[in-house]
Amino acid sequence: MAARAIWKGDLKLDSTRVPVKLYSAVQDRTVRFHILEEKSKTRVKQHMIEPDSGKEITSDEIQKGFEVEPGTFVILKEEELQKLEPEPSREIEIAQFVSPTEIPPEYFDRPYYLGPDGNESAYFALAEALQKKDREGVAHWVMRKQPYVGALRAEDDHLMLFTLRNAEEVLSAKDLPRPSGRAPDKKELAMATQLVELLKGEFDPKEFKDEYRERVMEFVEKKAKGHKPRLHLVKAKKKTTSLDKVLSKSLEALKKQKKAA
Amino acid sequence: MARKKATRKKGSDKGESAARSARPFWSGTLTFGLVSVPVDLYPGNRTNRAPLRMLSPEGEPLARRYYSEKSGDDLKDDEMVRGFELEKDRYVIVTDEELERLAPEQSRDIDLRRFAPLEDISPLFFDRSYFLAPSEGSEKAYRLLAQTMEKQKLAGLATFVMRGKEYLVAIFPENGILRAETMRFVDEIRSPKEIGLPEKKKVSAATVKKFERLVAKHSVRHLPFKDLKDQQTEKLLKLVEKKRKQNKDIVEVEVPEREEGKVVDLMAALKKSLAGKRRAA
Repeated sequence: MAARAIWKGDLKLDSTRVPVKLYSAVQDRTVRFHILEEKSKTRVKQHMIEPDSGKEITSDEIQKGFEVEPGTFVILKEEELQKLEPEPSREIEIAQFVSPTEIPPEYFDRPYYLGPDGNESAYFALAEALQKKDREGVAHWVMRKQPYVGALRAEDDHLMLFTLRNAEEVLSAKDLPRPSGRAPDKKELAMATQLVELLKGEFDPKEFKDEYRERVMEFVEKKAKGHKPRLHLVKAKKKTTSLDKVLSKSLEALKKQKKAA
Repeated sequence: MARKKATRKKGSDKGESAARSARPFWSGTLTFGLVSVPVDLYPGNRTNRAPLRMLSPEGEPLARRYYSEKSGDDLKDDEMVRGFELEKDRYVIVTDEELERLAPEQSRDIDLRRFAPLEDISPLFFDRSYFLAPSEGSEKAYRLLAQTMEKQKLAGLATFVMRGKEYLVAIFPENGILRAETMRFVDEIRSPKEIGLPEKKKVSAATVKKFERLVAKHSVRHLPFKDLKDQQTEKLLKLVEKKRKQNKDIVEVEVPEREEGKVVDLMAALKKSLAGKRRAA
């Protein structure tokens, strides 16, 4: 079933425009539960109350405030907040291109597929050019009253647009001290390298399944049929022994596994 | 109908609150081969810097409450349960304990069973970022793992269950520190075909060339990080400052004691933990 576009706009490079439609690239499959009132087994709702009096405050009475220090708020009126909103626009401005390794993983937020909205040949030509040049575009646009900075990439033949996090939202390892403790010795490093070598391969996403989700669903289905599946208690963890002993044991075990396979 | 204010006065003295704020988000074990490395997990992202609070017409900060649609009464935590909807208004109740027990012991370990070049992972998979810090005297094994991966420029891949959800993670060193990037499972990513995007048609070499020239013309060496500054929040903070100076629309209320450990100085907690001083705090 074809998906519905969530937004439309023009990719803009200098004076060249490529009209596109935006589609969400992800689909969350986490098992969803509802919160129920235990007594009646009916759904609950949420509202805002004044904690002291317990009085309900309806949405048209609610004010928004910024806490400048504990207990002191600056009230921001709706029209003031509206004035801060960026100008609405249908342009996705591509100002620069960088190497695909320039943007660190922690900046990537949400992925979207772009689909051609009319001019298909320009769309596919841009994707091909990005691939040939091994570059991704740095994009700026305004969508639903929010300004975004994003990355325009070619994934196989198609174009994708990723929203990026703000610099303030990302903690950098560079600002952190290196962990303390004794440095590993040569022998340990050699063994660990060997161990990693044995586990080295390509990233195949199909290798990794959400087994917990499957287990939860199975359990829910059984319970729905009136069964009461028995579940085991979770045991506590065992203690570790010396590092080089464990390393050599791991190597032995892995080599055996590889031979058997 | 007057309701009593919930009294949450845990750890009111300063010392205890500082120790609480240094608490990691989650603690677990990282394993590779038979080596296990106890670790603490800290969020690597900060959320919105300038959250606006909802206030009553008098300026009183509001609280969100669940209430029963049937009776209209506010509900306490122990008056609510979790239900999976089978069909409209028919639910299977699932308890916290059941969800807990559905995750066997070994599924809670972050077992690095594959190592792959980080560059080979499409950003399409990346979701949220965390840092791992050594705990319980695991500094040595932690440094060994980080150093080994750094040398070979590899990321370790694993799945593990944390707080009622299974995560796929890529773990890779950065400045000697392990970053854990949670990833989407392959069935959570849609394909161009599923979305209904057209397949590639032959395009003219001249059009491709034209775009290649544009790409080359605007190529820069480094990502302009200043573009990633949160300008919306800057604008908001400026407005707040201006109004404060003019003494306009200011309300002062008595605030009840906050729930401790809520305001976390993430950086400070991480720094302590990486320096191995967490217990001493």
